[in-house]
Amino acid sequence: MKLESKVPEGPLADKWTKYRSTMNLVAPNNKRRIDVIVVGTGLAGASAAATLGELGYNVKAFTFHDSPRRAHSIAAQGGINAAKNYQNDGDSVYRLFYDTIKGGDYRSREANVHRLAEVSRNIIDQCAAQGVPFAREYGGLLANRSFGGVQVSRTFYARGQTGQQLLLGAYQALSRQISLGNVEMYNRHEMLDLVVVDGKARGIIARNLLTGKLERFAAHSVVLATGGYGNVFYLSTNAMGCNVTAAWKAVKKGALMANPCYTQIHPTCIPVSGDYQSKLTLMSESLRNDGRVWVPKKKEDAQAIQQGKKKGIDIPEQERDYYLERRYPAFGNLVPRDVASRAAKIACDEGKGVSPTGLAVFLDFASAIERYGKSAAHSAGIHNPDKAMITKLGEEVVAEKYGNLFEMYEKITGENPYKHPMKIYPAVHYTMGGLWVDYNLETNVPGLFALGEANFSDHGANRLGASALMQGLADGYFVLPYTIGQFLSNEIRTPKISTDLPEFAAAEKSTQDNLTKLIDIKGNQSVESFHRRLGKIVWEYCGMSRSAEGLKKGRQLIRDLRKEFWSDVFVPGTANEFNPELEKAMRVADFMELGEVMMLDALDREESCGGHFREEHKSPEGEAARNDEDYTYVAAWEWDEQDPKVHKEELIFENVELKTRSYK
Amino acid sequence: MKLTLKVWRQQNNASKGALESYQVEANEHMSFLEMLDVLNQSLVEEKKVPVAFEHDCREGICGSCNMVINGRPHGPNQGTTTCQLHMRYFKDGDTIVVEPWRAKAFPVIKDLVVDRSSLDRIIQSGGYISVNTGQAQDANAIAIEKDRAAHAFDAAACIGCGACVAACPNGSAMLFTAAKVVHLGTMPQGEVEESTRVQAMVNQMDEEGFGMCSNTGACEADCPKEISLTNIAEMNRAYLAASLGSQKKS
Ligand SMILES: Cc1cc2nc3c(=O)[nH]c(=O)nc-3n(C[C@H](O)[C@H](O)[C@H](O)COP(=O)(O)OP(=O)(O)OC[C@H]3O[C@@H](n4cnc5c(N)ncnc54)[C@H](O)[C@@H]3O)c2cc1C
Ligand code: SF4
Ligand code: FES
Repeated sequence: MKLESKVPEGPLADKWTKYRSTMNLVAPNNKRRIDVIVVGTGLAGASAAATLGELGYNVKAFTFHDSPRRAHSIAAQGGINAAKNYQNDGDSVYRLFYDTIKGGDYRSREANVHRLAEVSRNIIDQCAAQGVPFAREYGGLLANRSFGGVQVSRTFYARGQTGQQLLLGAYQALSRQISLGNVEMYNRHEMLDLVVVDGKARGIIARNLLTGKLERFAAHSVVLATGGYGNVFYLSTNAMGCNVTAAWKAVKKGALMANPCYTQIHPTCIPVSGDYQSKLTLMSESLRNDGRVWVPKKKEDAQAIQQGKKKGIDIPEQERDYYLERRYPAFGNLVPRDVASRAAKIACDEGKGVSPTGLAVFLDFASAIERYGKSAAHSAGIHNPDKAMITKLGEEVVAEKYGNLFEMYEKITGENPYKHPMKIYPAVHYTMGGLWVDYNLETNVPGLFALGEANFSDHGANRLGASALMQGLADGYFVLPYTIGQFLSNEIRTPKISTDLPEFAAAEKSTQDNLTKLIDIKGNQSVESFHRRLGKIVWEYCGMSRSAEGLKKGRQLIRDLRKEFWSDVFVPGTANEFNPELEKAMRVADFMELGEVMMLDALDREESCGGHFREEHKSPEGEAARNDEDYTYVAAWEWDEQDPKVHKEELIFENVELKTRSYK
Repeated sequence: MKLTLKVWRQQNNASKGALESYQVEANEHMSFLEMLDVLNQSLVEEKKVPVAFEHDCREGICGSCNMVINGRPHGPNQGTTTCQLHMRYFKDGDTIVVEPWRAKAFPVIKDLVVDRSSLDRIIQSGGYISVNTGQAQDANAIAIEKDRAAHAFDAAACIGCGACVAACPNGSAMLFTAAKVVHLGTMPQGEVEESTRVQAMVNQMDEEGFGMCSNTGACEADCPKEISLTNIAEMNRAYLAASLGSQKKS
């Protein structure tokens, strides 16, 4: 299969503008006759569904949640990037483009990333117009902060709840289209299959989660904005419901899964504390603006802390190793996520971890509190403030910036992070891999589009902070509504698609059979226990550090587990009712297959790049060693029960020179 | 710690529910939902149907989790969602009663799961700013005072959980509705539609069967995001202004 990226000709900076002004359009009277299904109403899906509705298409939107406002996007904390250069610090579309390509370790498509940087500016305008209460300076203009991997301040934010406010903006735009009758909203409906008719995506089978009934929906085109698959690891910062099912069902109908092994392990999460945990909590990357990461220099000190005999504040300054500042002086605590996570792992592997499990490092705000305190005292005209005054004022500034994060930390750990350094450890957070799409965001199945975290498009092997919200909204508001016209302009003569077609009946039947099969196994182990075991395997062999030997073993373990699952899982209740255990069972079944392809993908990629670190491929200093000669490609996987097959899209770099990524 | 749980079990909307007792062994580091996970795991192991409850982010932001714990929506702690409530606030040997949100506008679906789509319909009736994609001007063209933006934000922090409704003796959705009205009305971008918005949203609220507000303040006390009662006063002013305005016109 030849994978056509469909990147338009011409100079990089003109491609999108030119393409947009010459692409095929669908006339307003024809739009009314065209049906589009949007599955998923997180940032990407809600923005797409709202915009398509505004344009005049007939939209049906689906979410398994009880309301679009509950999508996982709601939990994003830190912020959203845009090349506005409001801070006059030298930012530009090119710089955002370049940072993203470099941050992704040169494994993403130039043209897509440049387009993302271009439309980033429109996103902020759009969201401000919707009433998103972004943070502001005293002069009333928008405020910015910095995120990892960049040297400018281009991140817009709404306290620590940026995702919430952006999603509510998109949800409200969507609600408006619902009330106008342009979008029909199906809450509590989970897509369980894609229907392909004559090679084109023409509909879905969805389960009404309240009644358990399978329902058929037809359209001229199907858009998937169903989020990422980080929960294949069981423990992650993703919301509990995040899953791969929609994308995976598309893969089983012929779509390709691109770069599944590229997962992002976020350096600043609350460490695992016990076996009962089913979810991990992120502490936003924005904290690294002011927090300093360290471990004790001496192993004895670390051990004393692990045993509860000492605390972080007992370790004197000269006995601390601020290892990021030491190893990467240019970027310090703001190195990209993959680099920061690996460095934490190395510190803990050396026995310097600071929690009872030995798997944690400190994130310390004492210096920031002192610095802000002094400056606040100065502006308040307080001369010679004492230490207590400085601390008090400093804590106030820190509270204003990160108050809700500090509160969340204290609620979970029971420890006050103003007084004691936070303890953090890397955790699975985001999946760069996803459905393969071309420049139009169309998969290799004609008429099937993928947006947001569900596609693989813009982040290469590592995503920079505050870029997922940007990408989701870019795709939904400003890219797909245009590019879908390339496909739909050829469909204006296609009459309404009927759900009576045999393809719908067949898809419904196989879905029903699958559900019945799961219920009928009546085995002895819970769905949860299988998910937990799967997660352990994927984390162990396809986590922060991978090796050929481990990956082969991991693949076999997953295959064995899958067999066991299909013969011994216990799903209570029936398929014809509200049954959350059954929902979970369907999702875990798909994770089991995805997990295997992740192992294969990681095995195939004989290099280290971004979030993918192969023990066999590292520099003498232990940094990731890329192999541009042989691996500058996107690996897109075709599912096969016995032997999944890889297809390759060569990545062509015409504008940036491939360099060893250095943050030193 | 050993706990006795009395959990509301109800198979579906048509059936009658009742409290059932369970013994659970938990530890104080667990969150309330993790403690329920333990219960559900043991129910599944006994081949019984686990307790249905809603949850997703487990970080206090999606608004999914909804339980009345010992008579209080989201439990005993101020400004805390159920998912953020930790077992260290309970004692060994405690008996804990867990029930669903109870309100006319929130029919029970199963066990602790209720239908809150009425809140969505309130937003659909006018809880937005009418601007199509691509129509916006530069974001910095409108400066907004820091305090004013902060005021809007405080209201915008609502997570749509519905605890205010569950806490209210009248089952009123005033706090939820007011939070949106004030968020949008405070921003210059949202001022234009303020009067149509507030009227439409209040009407929809009535239509959904939410009760009247009698100023008991129970909503504020149990709101996990500490949305202030003053929002209701602000909304009442906006509503009054809008009604007077429309009377003048007619
Ligand atoms: C804790 C946390 C903090 C983050 N902070 C940031 C940040 O500060 N900045 C940033 O840029 N990024 C951040 N991210 C990443 C970012 O939030 C996500 O990548 C992004 O929100 C994904 O949006 P989405 O629209 O693609 O998917 P989602 O928001 O996950 O939405 C998926 C939608 O699909 C629906 N769905 C899924 N499957 C089905 C199905 N089978 N049938 C029907 N519906 C289905 C769901 O119901 C939901 O509506 C963060 C992520 C986490 C976990
Ligand atoms: S006002 Fe408070 S209690 Fe009511 S829905 Fe919003 S967050 Fe929940
Ligand atoms: S689970 Fe999201 S707020 Fe509690």
